[in-house]
Amino acid sequence: MGTGTGGDDSLYPIAVLIDELRNEDVQLRLNSIKKLSTIALALGVERTRTELLPFLTDTIYDEDEVLLALAEQLGSFTVLVGGPEFVHCLLPPLESLATVEETVVRDKAVESLRKISQEHSPVDLEVHFVPLVKRLASGDWFTSRTSACGLFGVCYPRVSSTVKAEIRQHFRTLCSDDTPMVRRAASSKLGEFAKVLELDYVKSDIIPLFTALASDEQDSVRLLAVEAGVSIAALLPQEDLEDLVMPTLRQAAEDKSWRVRYMVADKFSELQKAVGPEITKNDLVPAFQNLLKDCEAEVRTAAANKVKGEVLPEDSRETIIMTHILPCVKELVSDTNQHVKSALASVIMGLSTILGKDNTVEHLLPLFLVQLKDEYPEVRLNIISNLDCVNEVIGIRQLSQSLLPAIVELAEDAKWRVRLAIIEYMPLLAGQLGVEFFDEKLNSLCMAWLIDHVYAIREAATCNLMKLVEKFGAEWAQNTIVPKVLGMANDSNYLHRMTTLFCINALSEVCGQEITTKHMLPVVLKMSTDQVANVRFNVARCLQKIGPVLDSSALQAEVKPVLEKLATDQDMDVKYFALEAISGMYLFNLPTYIFSETFSFSSILFFFFSFSLSP
Amino acid sequence: VSLASPHPALEMSAISASEKVDGFTRKSVRKAQRQRGCQGSSQFAASSSRPAAPEISALPQLKDASSTEQHELFMQKLQQCCVMFDFYDTVTDLKSKETKRATLSELVDYVSTNRGVLVEPVYPEITTMVSTNIFRTLPPSENPDFDPEEDEPTLEASWPHMQLVYEFFLRFLENPDFQPSTAKRYIDQKFVLQLLELFDTEDPREREFIKTVLHRIYGKFLGLRAFVRKQINNIFLRYIYETEHFNGVAELLEILGSIINGFALPLKAEHKQFLMKILIPMHTAKGLALFHAQLAYCVVQFIEKDPTLTEVVVRGLLKFWPKTCSQKEVMFLGEIEEILDVIEPTQFKKIQEPLFKQISKCVSSPHFQVAERALYYWNNEYILSLIEENNAKILPIMFGNLYRISKEHWNPTIVALVYNVLKTLMEMNSKLFDELTASYKCDRQREKKKEQEREELWRKLDELRLQETSAIQNNRHEIQFTYKNTTKILTKEIFLAVRAILRHMSKL
Repeated sequence: MGTGTGGDDSLYPIAVLIDELRNEDVQLRLNSIKKLSTIALALGVERTRTELLPFLTDTIYDEDEVLLALAEQLGSFTVLVGGPEFVHCLLPPLESLATVEETVVRDKAVESLRKISQEHSPVDLEVHFVPLVKRLASGDWFTSRTSACGLFGVCYPRVSSTVKAEIRQHFRTLCSDDTPMVRRAASSKLGEFAKVLELDYVKSDIIPLFTALASDEQDSVRLLAVEAGVSIAALLPQEDLEDLVMPTLRQAAEDKSWRVRYMVADKFSELQKAVGPEITKNDLVPAFQNLLKDCEAEVRTAAANKVKGEVLPEDSRETIIMTHILPCVKELVSDTNQHVKSALASVIMGLSTILGKDNTVEHLLPLFLVQLKDEYPEVRLNIISNLDCVNEVIGIRQLSQSLLPAIVELAEDAKWRVRLAIIEYMPLLAGQLGVEFFDEKLNSLCMAWLIDHVYAIREAATCNLMKLVEKFGAEWAQNTIVPKVLGMANDSNYLHRMTTLFCINALSEVCGQEITTKHMLPVVLKMSTDQVANVRFNVARCLQKIGPVLDSSALQAEVKPVLEKLATDQDMDVKYFALEAISGMYLFNLPTYIFSETFSFSSILFFFFSFSLSP
Repeated sequence: VSLASPHPALEMSAISASEKVDGFTRKSVRKAQRQRGCQGSSQFAASSSRPAAPEISALPQLKDASSTEQHELFMQKLQQCCVMFDFYDTVTDLKSKETKRATLSELVDYVSTNRGVLVEPVYPEITTMVSTNIFRTLPPSENPDFDPEEDEPTLEASWPHMQLVYEFFLRFLENPDFQPSTAKRYIDQKFVLQLLELFDTEDPREREFIKTVLHRIYGKFLGLRAFVRKQINNIFLRYIYETEHFNGVAELLEILGSIINGFALPLKAEHKQFLMKILIPMHTAKGLALFHAQLAYCVVQFIEKDPTLTEVVVRGLLKFWPKTCSQKEVMFLGEIEEILDVIEPTQFKKIQEPLFKQISKCVSSPHFQVAERALYYWNNEYILSLIEENNAKILPIMFGNLYRISKEHWNPTIVALVYNVLKTLMEMNSKLFDELTASYKCDRQREKKKEQEREELWRKLDELRLQETSAIQNNRHEIQFTYKNTTKILTKEIFLAVRAILRHMSKL
């Protein structure tokens, strides 16, 4: 594997690298590390193995940032050292990196080691990789043992049974390590490791470890074991679950540390899935009730998110929710903590599809109404944003009387983000409440948003009008909103005049040619003489936008002269947008304008047709 | 009338008064509850499903009891104080809460003024009472982005009781009759571990008490010392590398400061490891400002104990020198000055070059507080004498930057300070100073040239890299076959570029 170079020349790249690696400036050292692959490529595979890697291994005393870059680079170095056959050459530097203190460096080194472990042949794995894992696992300082935890899982499936036994032994040792840092690492990798173990060993090895970690003296260890418990439960046959994992999981749900209980609540859906419907019904439901009543708001919030119980057995889901979950939900509706209520509000509507019409009317409706009057806007918004679930079951009219005040209040909230959020639900609400209700109660809100002092609200209001017209049709638009929108063209505030133009941009297409030509176009054209330049150039943009909706006679007779006039406006921007509109609409004969050279074939075709069609 | 039982009439009137002003009081109670949420009540885990605390009624006063009854009464009172009350519920159990407060306060008096009361059977009762009252899982922080420097800490709601429990426990530990050999069965590793976790409390009053308690335990229980140190190490390591959050770092460091003070010489490897693997990396923490004074004190203690540690410490600090945070840089400069104050001249020689390279960067910092802090070194007599002694080494390192900022710095105070420093340096060695002034321009030009050449070199390497990646992409499928050839070509090109540049460089 010669590199084709000889003599002293070949020393230069590495000399430059070393020179830069020793530079005082970290940035320069970092640069040179990031170019490591270039240097390796220049050196060739053999010298990379024999010179570059030993050099790197020896010089790992640098700043963490440099080490991080190095750890990352080495993960994709296999081809540069000569392919999978030589990949084990990368192990020594990565081993050192896996022992440094800084967590990000160590994690990156472990990530790279995991990556290159796949490139090892089974033999190399046993000869080179596994010994490294063992060395790390029995290192003096906690960092190397922590790193080792992440490496067992990747080598276990591909080694002989003797080595497997050793690996299991090492993992066991780390699970009862003296330092909590190592136990945390082991606890977080327990699930992953269990997945690659044979079922018998899961029962004989993993279960005792799981039980021990789940009752560790440190809650940070215990909470990680909860997640492992979910993975382990999924691996075991149904009949073993009760004996092997349930006692531990039950205990975790009642742990004295809220962090552990939070973890159980947070992983509840996964947990249900893993243990199956029977155990869920008998065991997890009572535990869940307690979590919903937990004394810490954090736990209640996490639990409230799961009240829909997606994984409950189909046949008994309704009964379970009615008898066990709903009473807790009723309490949560008036919880003292806003995050709990808002989490509940985002899922509570989903219960109606499960419970059916009668139960919803009787039990859930009162709760929705309470939440619609909640003091926190987020809670109210979450209810409104999920109205569609209820609509399917009982129809929204049941709620309309209570919805209105809630909507009005949100629509006038002092925070513009809240106003923005409610606007986004308007089309949905309008569709569900029907046109009469809308005209009567909500229309004025929608128009008021058009003159909001925040641009984002005005913009959203414009878009909202378009969606409303899509729902209610052009005729409705002509009678209800178009006159109001056009009326704003005479407003003394130029921002409101511009809003008219933005509305026309949005509405012309849904309103159709007739309304656009008859009602909107005259207003737009009249505004071309507005004294504010911003209005004038928006007229140009508007004309371009509505052009496709108009017929050619209107374009030629009315739009063209106005745009031509704007194209000679004294304001630079007005001129620019007028010219752009003209070119964009292909309004005129080819030789007239300088843009001709940029016309494409399709635009020439367009001209051809418009000529042949015109009388 | 015993002090322990509150006047029933007072009790009644308090309640009826709050009933009368109904709207206002209730509203404010509700508001307080809402603001606090259920925060801090972890002690009452699952309290809603648990029966309410049993009512406790006042027992006779200890001082009124005969000496034979006293012991039994003492035990009863300890047991009574194990009943816990929810302080977030401000309306219930008012009477029992007051009874417990009075009892605790009586117990404090009892153990601090009486001799011969600490007989063996009370040890487990006392430990149980203390454990029940203070050990708890700390609640989630009310403010998830709690910034100890900015925000008000959340105070422990049950403090009226808890304070007395801590006080009682301290008096117990400090009682002349206290027998560590008896107590060690109850105040064991598990006890200490739980105590250490409490250092994370947001309430500074509680941390202050735990600090004193831990200090006493460390002093009296020799068998627990190594364990305490190891667990503190674990807390610090978790703080540095995992969570970056722990409220009691300053207090723990304060204890360690006095522990380090008592280390025997020569220092054990364990202690040196603690210095290098924990105290020095701790300087990287985001919240350094909260405990820097205590940390610096510990570091200086180590150097005073064993001057041979100076070099590794200073190099360690230089490794973690802040890159972007000027406030931290000022703290580092302060700590270095503290170290220089106690440094031995032979140790100084070992670190002067890397150290003064850093100081030279600091004096030219655009942040005037950093520059000012570094320039203040020249007001320190001892540092000045060290600089003078080694001026041949230090002057060349400092001169360039000092000279430059004397002309360029935006802040007039800095410029004035720099002139003074330059004057001092000139007086130390005027000959060297003149030489440096003369060669300043040349040196700058050489540096600039080198910089350009480096850029050129890397630019060329970049170009090659681009070609290389496109070559690799084109040949992705045949990479195994064409790889060697590609390498050959690229290697040659790199060498031509590099050789040209190196030749050019060697001419200079």
